[in-house]
Amino acid sequence: MRMLVLNVNGDKYELKAKVTATLAEVLREELGLTGTKVMCNEGECGACTVLINGRPVLSCMTLAIDAENKDILTIEGLADRATGNLHPIQKSFVENSGMQCGVCTPGMILTAKALLDENPAPTEDEVRDALSGNLCRCGNYRRITECVLEAAKMMRAGGRND
Amino acid sequence: MNELKYFTPESIEEAVSLLSQYGEKSKIIAGGTDLLVQMRNKVVLPDFLISISGICDLEYIKYDEINGLRVGALTTIGSIESSSLIQSKFSILAQAASKLGTPAIRNRATIGGNLCNAAPSADIVPALMVLGARVKIVGVDGEKIISMEDLFTGPGQTVIKPGQMLTEIQISNLPPQSGGAYIEQTRRQGADLAIVGVAALVIMEGDILRDVKIALGAVAPTPIRAKKAEEILKGKKLDDRLLEESSQAASHESSPIDDTRSSADYRRKLVTALVKRAVRQAVEQV
Repeated sequence: MRMLVLNVNGDKYELKAKVTATLAEVLREELGLTGTKVMCNEGECGACTVLINGRPVLSCMTLAIDAENKDILTIEGLADRATGNLHPIQKSFVENSGMQCGVCTPGMILTAKALLDENPAPTEDEVRDALSGNLCRCGNYRRITECVLEAAKMMRAGGRND
Repeated sequence: MNELKYFTPESIEEAVSLLSQYGEKSKIIAGGTDLLVQMRNKVVLPDFLISISGICDLEYIKYDEINGLRVGALTTIGSIESSSLIQSKFSILAQAASKLGTPAIRNRATIGGNLCNAAPSADIVPALMVLGARVKIVGVDGEKIISMEDLFTGPGQTVIKPGQMLTEIQISNLPPQSGGAYIEQTRRQGADLAIVGVAALVIMEGDILRDVKIALGAVAPTPIRAKKAEEILKGKKLDDRLLEESSQAASHESSPIDDTRSSADYRRKLVTALVKRAVRQAVEQV
């Protein structure tokens, strides 16, 4: 076991964890942040995607220890803290039926956030490329893509709240 | 996973000394995208994990007119894919990097880790082979530089011994009038391993192929050069008959296996199709 300091969603957490504990395990089991989903647990599905320093990474394939001193954003940290308002991408997923079973949704939304932060006006192909590592077993890809494009429009119009 | 000892060396010297101290029981961890899966599946069970992520002078993309390109082992595949320098001067490498895994994997996976994992289907290796890349290997007793083609000895196997680590990838400048292409066939777009990957690099002199390099991935125990196929094209003007002959030769040079992704037979046929496509694309890139 080893002491760890993690910055998650703007909060600092000090905890003890095994050196081999993955970030996904620590987020879910130690910090109770179960919005991060684990499906394949081997880097094939993208459900466990979180943002580290703004970039999507797979928390099931990242050791918690390697995420020390970095900014970790999980789905729990995306809505506006003060007002509780959802992020435009979250709103778009709600309004445009972006989720069915919901297991892929946190990973989809965070991957989309990283894309839109870098490229506010992506084409449909660019959205599909960015989301190519996130599997949706309900097969809701068409709507998910539309949700991201719609969110991009909302954000360009000034609905951004991050 | 069992509890194991974890080290965070801050210099190459310190890492190498730990590696030589703990030998075969130790493993280097960088991005972890291959190693953590192997550990979870109990394929690899190290007692000592040596994290090199804290070694700052292992992550860089440097270029100069004389020495060409130098890439530190800790550089992520994503940084290689998006480097404007690599895109403009060694586009085939950026192209191959963009085929590896998924965007989230490319944000963590490192070029050194990808090479040391030695997958026969690794996308960047055929590209590095035709670019004539070399790798620097450092041990307690000094360093050596070897050709990319001498790095691999079999699936998952390299010449790197316990106590040594790969620190840098080097690529010399290409002559003017050169062009390259990497293409792969996968079962689906996005995250999938190559059924076959082909890299081609041509150096033209007018409409003559002054030099040609072709490398194949996923069709032999390691990525390979298709030297007979290259010889058929060298010094000639590109035409359909020659290209057919060359692609057939490449197919004979491959020794693919049947696996879940494809039959060996289909792989051999794909080699001919992709070699033709890659050489044509490379010529168009000049």
